[in-house]
Amino acid sequence: MQVKKGEWVRIHNIVLTSEERAPQVPDDTKKVPLEAWVKGFLQEDAQMGDEVEVKTMTGRMEKGKLIEVNSSYKHNYGNFVPELLQIGMQLRDILWGGEAHE
Amino acid sequence: MSKDMSYQAVMARNNEIMKKAIGIDYSTFESGQIRFDYEQMMRETGYTLDEMQKIQGDTGVGNTPLLELKNLTALARKVSPEGKGARIFVKDEASNPSGSFKARRAANAVYHAKRLGYKGVIAATSGNYGAAVASQASIHGLKCIIVQECYDSKGKGQPEIIEKARKCEAYGAEVIQLTVGPELFYTFLKLLEETGYFNASLYSPFGIAGVETLGYEIAMQFRERMGKDPDVVVCTNAGGGNLTGTARGLLKAGADHVKVVGASVDLSGLHMASDEQFNKKSFTTGHTGFGIPFATWPDRSDVPRSAARPLRYIDRYVTVTQGQVFYMTETLAQIEGIERGPAGNTSLAAAFSIAQELDEDKIVVVQETEYTGAGKHIQPQLSFARDNGIELRFGNPEEEIPGKNIILPEHPRLIKAKDINLNKLKRSYINKCIDTYGKKEINQSDLEFLVEDTKSSVEFVKEVLNEKEVSVIE
Repeated sequence: MQVKKGEWVRIHNIVLTSEERAPQVPDDTKKVPLEAWVKGFLQEDAQMGDEVEVKTMTGRMEKGKLIEVNSSYKHNYGNFVPELLQIGMQLRDILWGGEAHE
Repeated sequence: MSKDMSYQAVMARNNEIMKKAIGIDYSTFESGQIRFDYEQMMRETGYTLDEMQKIQGDTGVGNTPLLELKNLTALARKVSPEGKGARIFVKDEASNPSGSFKARRAANAVYHAKRLGYKGVIAATSGNYGAAVASQASIHGLKCIIVQECYDSKGKGQPEIIEKARKCEAYGAEVIQLTVGPELFYTFLKLLEETGYFNASLYSPFGIAGVETLGYEIAMQFRERMGKDPDVVVCTNAGGGNLTGTARGLLKAGADHVKVVGASVDLSGLHMASDEQFNKKSFTTGHTGFGIPFATWPDRSDVPRSAARPLRYIDRYVTVTQGQVFYMTETLAQIEGIERGPAGNTSLAAAFSIAQELDEDKIVVVQETEYTGAGKHIQPQLSFARDNGIELRFGNPEEEIPGKNIILPEHPRLIKAKDINLNKLKRSYINKCIDTYGKKEINQSDLEFLVEDTKSSVEFVKEVLNEKEVSVIE
């Protein structure tokens, strides 16, 4: 996919490889690199997956692999957790329950 | 001429970078020994309470409502022994512009950065503080970069942290998202060096002094409304700044009989820098993974001397479980009509337990709430936990194992805060001081400092020093 210069994109890069990681990190973390994601305006036309340069919101230049255009926020309220329904009903019963309220 | 940007080289430039990025020469307050002059640091680099109120007020921060939770109090009395069940109040800090008490810290830090002529501010945070700094930076027209630990190596992130990135970007900030690891600090240093921006550290004197207005307001609002100070103030404790600032504010108001209690979510057994365990926890702040290490070694923070020193002020430290806090978050919505994020509800769960120990005429205050919404809500947090193989069920909170299950109490009477042994933490802090500074003997002023910094006694500190075979010279 061709992406035009000036588009708002998200890039990915490796900050530290597994070998370069800090000595104090636990073994499971040391097995993987330290990765970073940054957004900015694409500086030259590029293909998705290319190594590109972007200008971030504060005007910094950052390099990395082009992975998304106009990234959207995908977080939401998650799957419904039915257990939560029980709590309110139980509390109302403890506080205001009994025949007087039936 | 290009600088060496390797991990080791950048970390070695830490002090030099920090001096430029925060405008404080910490050596002014140090004696070359363990001791440093905490109060002098707070006085000379901070702001007076009046100034802080003015700075915060100008950007709509502070003067938040104090709400009495009457139904929650009634519930506590239903499960308390006869005559017990203190009145529970909450300071609704979600009313601040960025949605949490952190706006107080950010207001002062960003104001200070602007006054010193910095073009932008940087903060390393996955939480409410990022949103607060971004919000204040937008008000003051400064640039802002937030660096957050966001994803595990599979690219999965806590919905709460991802929501915070959205919020920061909504205020015009640049957000840098990283995978798990303490080298976030390395990225942070590189950015400070590259941009010359101000380090809006959570642990600077202005940041902590910003929270003093919160403690001060609590005392003043109670005096106006009830003609007296509250008996207990419960603070959610992570890095210690919330508790430190609130306690200092209470003292500045002369409310010196108020007991200050810290509360953290029990995440014992989970390693905070572990890629595999990162998404096994369901709290991203207010937990023991921050609370304990920062209490026992405050200077591990991103400034040479942290202004957040909870052991100086804390009277009692308790833990609650994840399930108890989630239950209490739902309780707040269901019987008080207030939907708030889970972090502030850590202290709410503790307060519900503490209220049951106190007589009915006593007052316990939860000193903060935080905003909630998609990502930053109990539904996504619990749903995310389930997706990550965490068992969720009703039962006895005693059976909760962090990283394995979340147990919603099957009855509110099962919400019981557990005490952490404070003397053990104080010992650990003193030991850390001795080891870090490599001392076999210390002087009188170091001794006095350790007594103040642990709110203990000469006898207590000497006992710990004896065990370490450290002597005090005249």
